[in-house]
Amino acid sequence: MRIFIYIWEGIRIAFEALKSYKLRSVLTTLGIIIGVMTVITIVALVQGLNKAFTEQISAIGTDTLHIDKYPWMAGEKWFEYRNRRNITLEDAIKVKQMAKLAVGVTPALYTRRVVKYRDKTLEGVTIVGTTEDYIITSNTYPEFGRFLMKGDVDYRRPICVLGWEVSQKLFPNTDPMGKRVSISGRKFRVVGIIEKKGKMFDENMDTYAYVPIGNFQAAFGARWRSVGIQVKVKSPEVMEDAEIELTGIMRRIRGLEPGEKDDFSINKQSMLMDMYKKLTTVLWAVAIGVGSISLLVGGIGIMNILLVSVTERTREIGVRKALGARRLDIMVQFLIESMMICAVGVTCGILLAVGLAELVAATTPLPAAITPWVAFLGLGFVVTIGLFFGIYPASKAAKLNPIEALRYE
Amino acid sequence: MLIGLTDIKKIYEVGTVKVPALKNIDLKIGRNEYVAIMGPSGSGKSTLMNIIGCLDTPTDGTYLLNGTNVSEMSDNQLAEIRNREIGFVFQTFNLLPRASALHNVELPLIYNGTSASNRKKLATVALEKVGLADRMNHKPNELSGGQRQRVAIARALVNNPSIILADEPTGNLDSKTGEEIMEIFETLHDSGNTIVLVTHEEYIAEHSDRIIRLRDGLVERDEASVN
Repeated sequence: MRIFIYIWEGIRIAFEALKSYKLRSVLTTLGIIIGVMTVITIVALVQGLNKAFTEQISAIGTDTLHIDKYPWMAGEKWFEYRNRRNITLEDAIKVKQMAKLAVGVTPALYTRRVVKYRDKTLEGVTIVGTTEDYIITSNTYPEFGRFLMKGDVDYRRPICVLGWEVSQKLFPNTDPMGKRVSISGRKFRVVGIIEKKGKMFDENMDTYAYVPIGNFQAAFGARWRSVGIQVKVKSPEVMEDAEIELTGIMRRIRGLEPGEKDDFSINKQSMLMDMYKKLTTVLWAVAIGVGSISLLVGGIGIMNILLVSVTERTREIGVRKALGARRLDIMVQFLIESMMICAVGVTCGILLAVGLAELVAATTPLPAAITPWVAFLGLGFVVTIGLFFGIYPASKAAKLNPIEALRYE
Repeated sequence: MLIGLTDIKKIYEVGTVKVPALKNIDLKIGRNEYVAIMGPSGSGKSTLMNIIGCLDTPTDGTYLLNGTNVSEMSDNQLAEIRNREIGFVFQTFNLLPRASALHNVELPLIYNGTSASNRKKLATVALEKVGLADRMNHKPNELSGGQRQRVAIARALVNNPSIILADEPTGNLDSKTGEEIMEIFETLHDSGNTIVLVTHEEYIAEHSDRIIRLRDGLVERDEASVN
């Protein structure tokens, strides 16, 4: 009970002191403001990035493996993989026959072409040559009509399925179903429209068009293209086993001797995730670095102003001691004052960070968001910085000799 | 006997030199006495006051206050004794500048853990005793010197201490206001309080019943006041 009375008295006194020295208090807390603002803004940015990133890569699926000539994260080592043999359609067919942990195996070829319908032209459409299983491996579902079917692929029917944006741009007023579009001069009949998929990173997933893989090879060339094989596994839990199985199958198909390096890569969503985590680790490090330097500077500022305050109020301390304040009471009073100065800084910092995050969210595609737990983070800052940097001035005040303090001019 | 000082010595060490401020003080003050301690500067009266006020402990000797030996207490124990037994009135008032009169009077109660509502009640009563009930929400800089000293007296009274220890209480006041303050002390004395007054003004000391004169750290004379 007594301790609450002291704490309340401390808050009251600290509040009075802050009120009397408004400018000084704000200037003192500048370091804290900047530190808290930096940390919280970066946290908000990273959270926004996380959200955006997870949304984007969710299209890939956690239960899908991609067998490709190149690893996704080839980076500067790209040339090392150039001399690998292309992956062929036959490889894909064999994988499909042999893979026991797969529920769907789809070869896919990609190219960018111009698509035309009458007087309308759309450039840069990603043409995907694939099979009926693509619907399983890529979560690509038709909104209208149907996707490719086994018969289309087996008999190389000249049909196509359009992405949402392609259908909107080429057929603004008419029903595209059954119409013939021209892809690089070849005619394909539209049999379906894919639902809106949005963007994955910078790639617009709605400017796609899908054709049977045999037609793709006939129309756009086959020999020099490496096929990408998409494999959907039974469940995310068997991903590792499936990867081992696929590696074995691919090595057998391609006749690799034991000890020879793989001449293909197995890609998966988690690789992007790992890459991303490395990236955000850097951001975190920056946040922690900048944040802790400013908080250190800010904390020293608080300590400094408290030392000034203790000197200025030496007499007050003397009076309080004469009237019965014990060391601990004086200590608590100055620690509370320290934490309150800190609280002013943290509050300003959080408010500025909220403003910055809103600004980022409004002007960039990043959904930077500040979650309520920053309030707890802020509270943590107040307590730790306030206590840590307040303890020296507070104990200095507590140790003052009452007689000398009362005599202090 | 309220205050019993036996063989009190206080020696300050300034560098390697030992300066005796109190050499050998034997003093007894009873309940409801009104005592003035006088002496020229350097006589040791401030040191004696600090010891009586439990702000300091003697180098040697025993100090019994209200039956308790306080001469060898720790800082924190002394703080509690001061809070309970002593009401200070200072020459320079020593009010907290940013706190209202009421809050200033409440201070001693804060440090013995009195609840907020009781604090307010007791502080109001104390302010009424010194005739300042209508000024209790004023800050010290909105009060005259005499009013400030009255707030300080209310603060000294609020905890019902055994002793009211006043150190040159009229030193910063004009003589008319000083007289008013001395009248308050007289009223307090009449209502049963024990008052120890430290002063170097003869006419102030004459308000008391007993004058103790110090010189060079010794009691030079201890006699009844002439009034």
